[in-house]
Amino acid sequence: MTNPLLKVDNVGIHFGGLKAVSGFDITLNEGELVGLIGPNGAGKTTSFNMLTGVYKPTEGTIIFDGKATKNLLPHQVTKLGISRTFQNIRLFKELSVLDNVKVANHSLAKHSMFSAIFRLPSFFVGEEKMTEESIAFLKIFGLDQYKDELSKNLPYGMQRRLEIARALAAGPKLLLLDEPAAGMNPQETRELMDLISLVRKKFNLTILLIEHDMALVMGICERIYVLDHGQLIASGTPEEVQNDPKVIQAYLGEEVEDSC
Amino acid sequence: MEWLQQLINGVSLGSIYALIALGYTMVYGIIKLINFAHGDVFMIGAFVGFYAVTYWNVGFFPALIIAMILCAILGVVIERLAYKRLRNATRIAALITAIGVSLLIEYTMIYFRGSQIETYPDGLVPNTKIDILGAQISSQSLLILGVSISLMVLLQFIVHKTKIGKAMRAVSHDADAARLMGINVDNTISATFAIGSALAGAAGVIFGLYYTRIDPLMGLLPGVKAFVAAVLGGIGSIPGAMTGGMLLGVVETVVSGLGFSLWRDAAAFVILIIILIFRPAGIFGKNTREKV
Amino acid sequence: MKKSKVFWVYIIVALIGYGIINVLINNGTLDLYYSNLIITIMINIILAVSLHLIIGITGQFSIGHAGFLAVGAYVSAICTMYFNLPFVIALVVGAIVAGFMGLLIGIPTLRLRGDYLAIATLGFSEIIRIFFLNWDYVGGASGMQVTQMTTWTYAFFCTLATIIVILNFTNSRHGRACIAVREDEIAADSMGINTTYYKVVAFVIGAFFAGLAGGLFSHNFYVILPVQFGFLKSFDILIYVVLGGLGSMTGAIFAAILLTVVSLYLQDFPETRMIIYSLVLIIVMLYRPSGLMGTKEITDLFKFKKRSKGGNVND
Repeated sequence: MTNPLLKVDNVGIHFGGLKAVSGFDITLNEGELVGLIGPNGAGKTTSFNMLTGVYKPTEGTIIFDGKATKNLLPHQVTKLGISRTFQNIRLFKELSVLDNVKVANHSLAKHSMFSAIFRLPSFFVGEEKMTEESIAFLKIFGLDQYKDELSKNLPYGMQRRLEIARALAAGPKLLLLDEPAAGMNPQETRELMDLISLVRKKFNLTILLIEHDMALVMGICERIYVLDHGQLIASGTPEEVQNDPKVIQAYLGEEVEDSC
Repeated sequence: MEWLQQLINGVSLGSIYALIALGYTMVYGIIKLINFAHGDVFMIGAFVGFYAVTYWNVGFFPALIIAMILCAILGVVIERLAYKRLRNATRIAALITAIGVSLLIEYTMIYFRGSQIETYPDGLVPNTKIDILGAQISSQSLLILGVSISLMVLLQFIVHKTKIGKAMRAVSHDADAARLMGINVDNTISATFAIGSALAGAAGVIFGLYYTRIDPLMGLLPGVKAFVAAVLGGIGSIPGAMTGGMLLGVVETVVSGLGFSLWRDAAAFVILIIILIFRPAGIFGKNTREKV
Repeated sequence: MKKSKVFWVYIIVALIGYGIINVLINNGTLDLYYSNLIITIMINIILAVSLHLIIGITGQFSIGHAGFLAVGAYVSAICTMYFNLPFVIALVVGAIVAGFMGLLIGIPTLRLRGDYLAIATLGFSEIIRIFFLNWDYVGGASGMQVTQMTTWTYAFFCTLATIIVILNFTNSRHGRACIAVREDEIAADSMGINTTYYKVVAFVIGAFFAGLAGGLFSHNFYVILPVQFGFLKSFDILIYVVLGGLGSMTGAIFAAILLTVVSLYLQDFPETRMIIYSLVLIIVMLYRPSGLMGTKEITDLFKFKKRSKGGNVND
């Protein structure tokens, strides 16, 4: 058996007295597509923030690709190969669609500040390479014809897709998607899921996905972790999770008013 | 007993910072704006107090009250004219506006009366040396301390025991929720400005009494230092602003006392950097995080 | 590479402009009054463009730019007056020391956000001013005598260099990283951008050119005084950037030219000038917070193609 790509061991975080997440244990093997579900406020996004270095866990260890990432800053984690999207879209609004992707492509480029300032040949070569690669990512998501639009002017569904394209451009091994289908209609959601499956194969990715749409999670994920009140209450295949009494209770108890 | 004397001096100076810092911290707590013009409200307070005692021949306490009332009005006018429109603006736009208001007040003042220095008259309050535990403490220092502490106690009473205080706390916690609960957010914000500016006005008169020399640009440095005091105590926290102000006053007095008086003004900024790096929430502040 | 052609066109236009003004100054059409005005405009453009990189591009709200101006002014004056170094070397040394100060100040303060950073930079520039005020070697409060050495040629080429370096920096992956920091720091960090590094880099480059402007400034007025580098000077520079539009270099340049001319006409009424400035600032922030140009460049108005920022290759 090879080592897992991501091993999260007993990770927790508390803000002041409030325990947001505790005893969080997950393991991702290379190439898996795993779902992370749970009612609102269960700590899903907080877990993502710990995995990406935005929050520093107060306990536990995170091993990604053989390296401990708990004390790294977000950009260091990204360079190791974890990249993400955000639940509340965080595009660079005043930058063009293409430049949004090029920003993420940044750490893979080599040309130096010196060559940029003096416009040396390596600058032009480097920029051209970045542009080509970025346009390739945009093409996958059908965004290449909008490359010169400011990203804030894109319709909502495209902004969500651009977030994923941008995350891919950072060259990840592990992609974390935080509610990628939020606010999309069933048609758009289906297309998005196809795209996710496609890029997963194409780039040999491991994906961890937060989603509210149960049908979608059950349909696409190979394994599912369930969080409630900051603690893992179940994990397993979609069928196992679906029939877990604790999961049913967590959802029936709290999810009645929420039907997105 | 040299150190006790220094300590009392530091605390007196610090109480002036504390009074200004309270306005900063209250305004910041409620609309997340560094009211750069706050230091100039303090300056206006000093001048109102000066004109009151020299031209109207009133005593120290009536002058203090007149300055507080006029500054409260000024604070509300500033808020209504300039800041009200900025509730949803970016932080940079709000801060630039505040800087603009600050300079407008300073230079309007210079335009009408020139930039020359005025001097508070002597003998406004009895100034004798009192011997406490072997230290020579001036009665003036004690008076300043007494007035400041009374005002702070009054403020605590307003914030914690009155309806408007409750509304202020509610709005600073969550303005939208407060509005839904039927609180008039605009009036509450204006009341916050009024109270904060009144305290700055009082600080101005006390400053004039203590340092005697006042000028139209006097507000900048104490204003910025009071902001540092507010950050030191934990911005948004009223006891924090008081403690921060006192602490800063003591530190400055100590720095001067050690013979680095030329660097006294730099001390505040060094403290600011240190506190922001090691404990950004300040002494009494709660740790808040940006939601991701 | 159409883009680089456009670049050379601008350079040639600028050089022709330089030549014309040079002739006009040499044959006396532009007297001392006007040539001084033009040099002052150039110095203010350098200051505006360098602060534009920090505030407009990287989004770091620094309101202590006069501190770096002071460092450049004093250091270069020390070089020429006390060490008899050539003016060019003095300019470079002044800029390097100012850039180094930017590094020293930037590393601790750029961890701070928004309002806090503003106060901290203001504080540091005051500390710098207090330092020169207390330093007898450079004359303290009574100032330092400096020989007039700044000429139109120096002013022009320094300005050109500033604009080219900052423009080229902005239109590269590094500049894009800075804009990403301005737009959303957390997202930029999560996309692999070392946000602290780029904030410091922008700050150091900005400080470097402010120091260069300082060298031109001190050798243009016969005497430098600490009081010239107070908060009001920082505010003057800030208003160029804000009025021109946060994020627009041409806007900042235009505002610097306009306001330099305006303040020349108001120089006998300093209070009126400050009242007008502050009112303009308040009104712009209330009614057009993005400034005159927003993030657009004036040169965009002359483009027939769709806007494409960065060193894009036209396909």
